[in-house]
Amino acid sequence: MTSLPQTTTGKKLGLVIDLDTCVGCQACAVSCKEWNTTGYSAPLTDHNPYAAEAHGVWLNRIHSYEVNPGSGDSGGMTVNFPRSCLHCEEAACVTVCPTGASYKRAEDGIVLVNPDTCIGCKLCSWACPYGAREYDEDDGVMKKCTLCVDRIYNENLEPEDRQPACVRACPTGARHFGDLGDPESAVSGLVRARGGFDLMPGLGYRPVNKYLPPRERRASPKDSAAPAELVAMSGADSAAAGDGVFRWLDRILTR
Amino acid sequence: MHPAYSVLIFTTASGAGYGLMMLLCLFGAVGALPVSPWFGAVGFGLSFALVTAGLLASTFHLGHPERAWRAVTQWRSSWLSREGCMALITYVPSGLFAIAWVFLETQGGVWAALATLGAACAFLTVYCTGMIYQSLKTIPQWHNEWVTPVYVILGLASGALWLNLLLQAFGAGRDLFGWMVVVLLLAGLLAKFGYWHSIDTAKPLRNPGHATGLGRLGRVRQWETAHTQANYVQREMGFHVARRHAHKLRVYAMLAAFIVPLLLSLVTIGLGGGVLATILAGVAAVVSILGLLVERWLFFAEAQHVVTLYYGAESA
Repeated sequence: MTSLPQTTTGKKLGLVIDLDTCVGCQACAVSCKEWNTTGYSAPLTDHNPYAAEAHGVWLNRIHSYEVNPGSGDSGGMTVNFPRSCLHCEEAACVTVCPTGASYKRAEDGIVLVNPDTCIGCKLCSWACPYGAREYDEDDGVMKKCTLCVDRIYNENLEPEDRQPACVRACPTGARHFGDLGDPESAVSGLVRARGGFDLMPGLGYRPVNKYLPPRERRASPKDSAAPAELVAMSGADSAAAGDGVFRWLDRILTR
Repeated sequence: MHPAYSVLIFTTASGAGYGLMMLLCLFGAVGALPVSPWFGAVGFGLSFALVTAGLLASTFHLGHPERAWRAVTQWRSSWLSREGCMALITYVPSGLFAIAWVFLETQGGVWAALATLGAACAFLTVYCTGMIYQSLKTIPQWHNEWVTPVYVILGLASGALWLNLLLQAFGAGRDLFGWMVVVLLLAGLLAKFGYWHSIDTAKPLRNPGHATGLGRLGRVRQWETAHTQANYVQREMGFHVARRHAHKLRVYAMLAAFIVPLLLSLVTIGLGGGVLATILAGVAAVVSILGLLVERWLFFAEAQHVVTLYYGAESA
């Protein structure tokens, strides 16, 4: 049923992505591809994988943006920006689905596609503002992030591996998985402490996943160990720096 | 948005088919059309052919057309599902009315009531088509209150052109229907102008700063693409026609869909009837369909999805 679940457990599983520590290494994207091409969404088809025009289905895309404060001074930065399904509470991709293949789970809020009933009309991808859904031309169905539903409850895996592949792979700990419906959870704490935000909240889809903003950069030299300005060396320092020849050169050049 | 040809053909053909169906039902019920079974057979035959061809074409872009029947199940939430349901339901009252007209040679009484129901169902089907697009908040050019009225008016205008052709061919042309075509084409032209004016003057709602949430830190610009080759999202949602091409195509669409058929219809009214009037009515109907295909292509190509903000678009 593509109506959103009326009764839920209050559990909202999702990711918290730290834009401060993400280094844009693509490990999450690769790990996601590797797990999901054999998991729930298998296969994640590639076309011309060994040719110049290689393209295919990936559920996780890592962008890179330049942020320019515009005042001319330092403070500009590049921000690596992982983008995947946000498992929205008001998931329009679910409600537009004509067949019931797209659904939001009542028990944990994960948004999934049933590959056996999806007709491949692509309307869900039109309804998603975040580009989270990718159509598999070979399979003729829509693919999307499953929040690794086949890992997080998988008792055949070690407890520490029961989290999404992207989270497990991140070398800088920029991705956090947990229950955002529980105010006491570690991820909810992170969102509170770091000012986690929604992407395009004005659209009203209420994403579960949150992004943590880059921390404030040290903008002025005073905030760092560097000297405020470079001063000419003189006296003892200068003597220690060189012998007579350099002192003579210095005198000639400063005349 | 990428214009899928199956969807362009579907909305144009079924729009004309449902428009014709609405007019046949309404004017047939009040006895304003020729009662000849042949007229009913050809009229409803053409209407059902256009509608059915359109519906079949719409399944061509599906990944799994054999599962299309599943699309009637989610009418509670999905406009696409509602459209599918209404398309199927519409066959019943309009089909029964067509049977009465052709085989029982009657259009009054309970059949007139069925005809009214058929017209209402055909109207609702086109309304649902429009709402599929208008309900998408992700595409500002579609999330616009002109969208659904334009779909309905263009369907009616297109259907009226085909009805006028049939009447001329059966030697039953009447000024009333000629003027109806003119009025509907003018209404279509005005509605389309209204739509274009609305999307041209709308302020862009969002920029990459909104999409990434980084706007509070400064101006956000794409630094490096996320992948080397275009992905599905870019191919499907990133298609955008250049403004100067769009302008030219708008002129062609206006001329072909509205202005040429309008002038031809006026000439047809002047001629009153005859072979030439029939030919001109036919040319008007065909030229208008071609113009509507251009109009429908533009409807997609001028629509910009907000996801493009993640891929270098400066506003959406």
